Amino acid sequence: MLHEDVVCPFCACLCDDLKVETDNGTIVKVDNACDLGNHKFLRDDNHRLKEPIRRTPSGWTSATLQHAIDRTVEILLGADRPLLYGWSGTHGEAQSIGVHMAEVLGGVIDSTTSVCHGPSILAIQEVGHPGCTLGQVKNRADLVVYWGANPIEAHPRHMSRYTTYTDGFFLDRAFKERKVIVVDIRRTQTAEVADEFILIKKGGDYAVLSALRAIVRGKSDMIPATVAGVTKEQLLRIAEMCKKAKFGAFFFGMGITQTQGKYKNIRNAIELVDELNRHTKFTLTPMRGHYNVYGFNEVCTWMTGYPYAVDFCRGMAFYNPGETSAVDILTRKECDACLVVASDPAAHFPKDAVRHLGEIPTVQIDPYPNTTTAFCELQIPVAVTGIDAQGTSYRMDGVPIRVKSILNRGYPTDTDILGEIYRRIKEAKRV
Amino acid sequence: MSELLIRHACVVDPVNRISGEIMDLAVRDGRIVESVSDRAEVIDAQGFLTMAGGIDSHTHICGTKVNFGRYMSPEDMRAGRTLKKGQMHSTSGYSVPTTYGNSYRYATMGYTAVLEGAMAPLEARHTHEEFMATPLQDTMANVLFDGNWPVMEAVRDRDVKRVAAIVAWVLTAVKGFAIKITNPGGTEAWGWGKNVTCIRDPVPYFEVTPAEIIETLIRANEILRLPHSVHLHCNNLGTPGNYSCTIGSMDVAPDLNKERQSLYVTHVQFHSYGGTSWKDINSKAHVVADAVNRKPHIVIDMGQMMFGKTTTMTADGPMEFNLYKLHHNKWSNHDVELETGSGIIPVYYSRKSIVNSVMWAIGLELALLIKNPEQCLLATDNPNGSPFVKYPEIIALLMSNPYRQAEIATLPPETESRISLPAIDRELDWNEIAMMTRAGQGRALGLRKLGRGHLGLGAIADIAIYPLSIGAIDPSKEYTRVIEALRLTRYTIKNGKVIARDGEILSNRNKTTIWVRPKIPEQHRMDHDPDFIRNFERYYTVRMSNYPVQEAYVPESTCIETEAVW
Repeated sequence: MLHEDVVCPFCACLCDDLKVETDNGTIVKVDNACDLGNHKFLRDDNHRLKEPIRRTPSGWTSATLQHAIDRTVEILLGADRPLLYGWSGTHGEAQSIGVHMAEVLGGVIDSTTSVCHGPSILAIQEVGHPGCTLGQVKNRADLVVYWGANPIEAHPRHMSRYTTYTDGFFLDRAFKERKVIVVDIRRTQTAEVADEFILIKKGGDYAVLSALRAIVRGKSDMIPATVAGVTKEQLLRIAEMCKKAKFGAFFFGMGITQTQGKYKNIRNAIELVDELNRHTKFTLTPMRGHYNVYGFNEVCTWMTGYPYAVDFCRGMAFYNPGETSAVDILTRKECDACLVVASDPAAHFPKDAVRHLGEIPTVQIDPYPNTTTAFCELQIPVAVTGIDAQGTSYRMDGVPIRVKSILNRGYPTDTDILGEIYRRIKEAKRV
Repeated sequence: MSELLIRHACVVDPVNRISGEIMDLAVRDGRIVESVSDRAEVIDAQGFLTMAGGIDSHTHICGTKVNFGRYMSPEDMRAGRTLKKGQMHSTSGYSVPTTYGNSYRYATMGYTAVLEGAMAPLEARHTHEEFMATPLQDTMANVLFDGNWPVMEAVRDRDVKRVAAIVAWVLTAVKGFAIKITNPGGTEAWGWGKNVTCIRDPVPYFEVTPAEIIETLIRANEILRLPHSVHLHCNNLGTPGNYSCTIGSMDVAPDLNKERQSLYVTHVQFHSYGGTSWKDINSKAHVVADAVNRKPHIVIDMGQMMFGKTTTMTADGPMEFNLYKLHHNKWSNHDVELETGSGIIPVYYSRKSIVNSVMWAIGLELALLIKNPEQCLLATDNPNGSPFVKYPEIIALLMSNPYRQAEIATLPPETESRISLPAIDRELDWNEIAMMTRAGQGRALGLRKLGRGHLGLGAIADIAIYPLSIGAIDPSKEYTRVIEALRLTRYTIKNGKVIARDGEILSNRNKTTIWVRPKIPEQHRMDHDPDFIRNFERYYTVRMSNYPVQEAYVPESTCIETEAVW
């Protein structure tokens, strides 16, 4: 059976033009997807856990769904300070149940945001965010800047769907008319296709952004011969390209959010874009990773007022990343139970944080075994959102798209499992 | 069957010409009926002020830019926190509360229906998700058409039926309620960092003028027989001297509908400025009010500004950037492909500022100088002029000249020569307040016949009972008691069920989302139109099949089907 306009649940490009062929309950062919998307669809059934598993002194053993849910409820109800973490690889409806659950439990809820674009959000909370939907870039932009981002490898269709290689309404020969600037500390694949590549010394982003801001403000006299390894001549040329563009689009990735300077880098980038808007049109968009990491920020914000790292222990939402974010809660050994949903913290968190995960009862809800499995007491496999579960997802620019279910593999969805756990918790707490 | 009897209610219901009569109200299965059995649940209203549930016909409570207002402002979230309690979720936010915060605060003020003022069609799914998390008000969404490419192309081709067909497709696809135009043409120009100054400037590339967009959409609106009229946010918001643009925009509107206005002009306070710069800004409310008095086919809302901290948010992207350049605090912008834009900045309106003082006076002048209260509805463009929790203060100001004079005395003395408020002694009565807060909204939104905004037989039993014996107080003198009583209902009843009592929320969920589905001849439908489909697939970044909002997003839904006059 051929499914058209399928939405890819891999990265936050959320390409929605895939053609997927299924036959007898398996996916046999995928068109239009990138390598990453293809991999997710075509290799899906090789990797899935068949049923819940639990750890025993003699090793892993299978568990019934009933037991898995009972035990998860018991762990969460027995905890003083449970942490509910992850959420970026599932649909918004499940995320919403997660937030309600954290409120009833008086726990902490955080998403992978705190280890990817968390710093971007802190910067936005200081100075705002001049952005747009990706179609504005596609139809208008004659200049595209990728800073600390390598879309060719991390968001492979970004350039062909939204920026460099796509046709645009206001561009006659889009590919020739659009200029691309890439800024990075190494010559990435994306740098190879750039009209201008700025190679900066590691940790030099803040200084280079400041230099560009100064030039745009007409203060080029104060710029030294080189800034973080970039020549003044190149900086002047780049600033001129930006000012002369009719529509400039600035995209930034984790190469700038998680490097030295962190949120200060992003604040500087936003203020550069702000400055450029006094000369021409310029927008800025974070290259969000997981297909629905931004969705968690949206859901959590309309429910609690804050995009991530929310602590309900005082009966209301309290937000202070650095204190209430997952890595910090784990490293300080503050939480006494953890529910991991749709992410893989053990593969990304610092050693001390992961060690604590292994020391407390940790349950993971995820279709696939991953690094975190090794630190869990229990794992419950669920349907994969975008393959056998549907729901809302938010693209990196905030456009909400409903991802589809194209086959039934008999797994419960995140919403089913979390809904049942939440129901049981409410019952026990008499809410 | 559920029955409710409200005894000793002091009913103010201008639609049914009931003005402070002590009477009983009978409710069966969510509707007002003649009488109920003796098994009915009984509420004693103790002679307190009883009106239909409040309706906010222009507020920003759900959707992309509202949520971004929260996202970028943890300081605002901290400023309005409440604990989880009973059935109530915890809430955050002062000027942009969380969805539950909005819903609970509206409910305890007696509001039972709200119209989200601006929804970008591409992001409609988001608005509906937040509607689902706004549990105690019926919700509707204005759909933005100010910079819609296919609409502008059809306007250029003078093809009003094609405009109607596009509007019909979009409204149905996004489950929206009405046509909204925010700074028509200006949001498209802002895609290039430009703007239009008023209704005669051509939009870059599309070569249509805002005046043509406004007029054509008004005609298309009536072809589709939509319940509400076109809902306009004029060009040139917040600029000294903009009143002439506002009046010019009103002049464009033809009078096409006998039952309601043909054009709703929103937050007119922001559009009634005289002067040539911030230095000599003055009020032109009297000129605008005069124009409205002469045009019964226009309805406006006040867009009242109240002093204090708030967040401004609008689809009018260029305006927000200009405001940002004045305030220098923080600025967000979000342009939406082929459709519209938006911007957000936090502001502080100070009574030490002459400009802010003039703005404060203008909203009140409009309400006091427009003769028919159903032509000037009470709203603050929440949260732009102020958060909606200030409505009780605004009502008290409209009912009390001494209160106004006391407030004017706190403003910079230079303000007085720029405004006419000190000389206006009109004081509105409870009937007029009911017209400005529910009855007028029911009419303006085209929902009166569907039983909204009044308490006549068959009306939806959305009822607000405020702890105030109106016969026993003089609002002119005892305005603080008016404010106090309107802040918190004794009972808020929705569909015949008590949802709030003395500030406590008693219901998890009681709502519907109202949307429209205009029917047009099959052969004109956009889903069969090759040009429309080709351009959609070529220039949007989502596929046409993935664009419509699925049924899953309106689990509680009231669809109004209209038959176009083709």
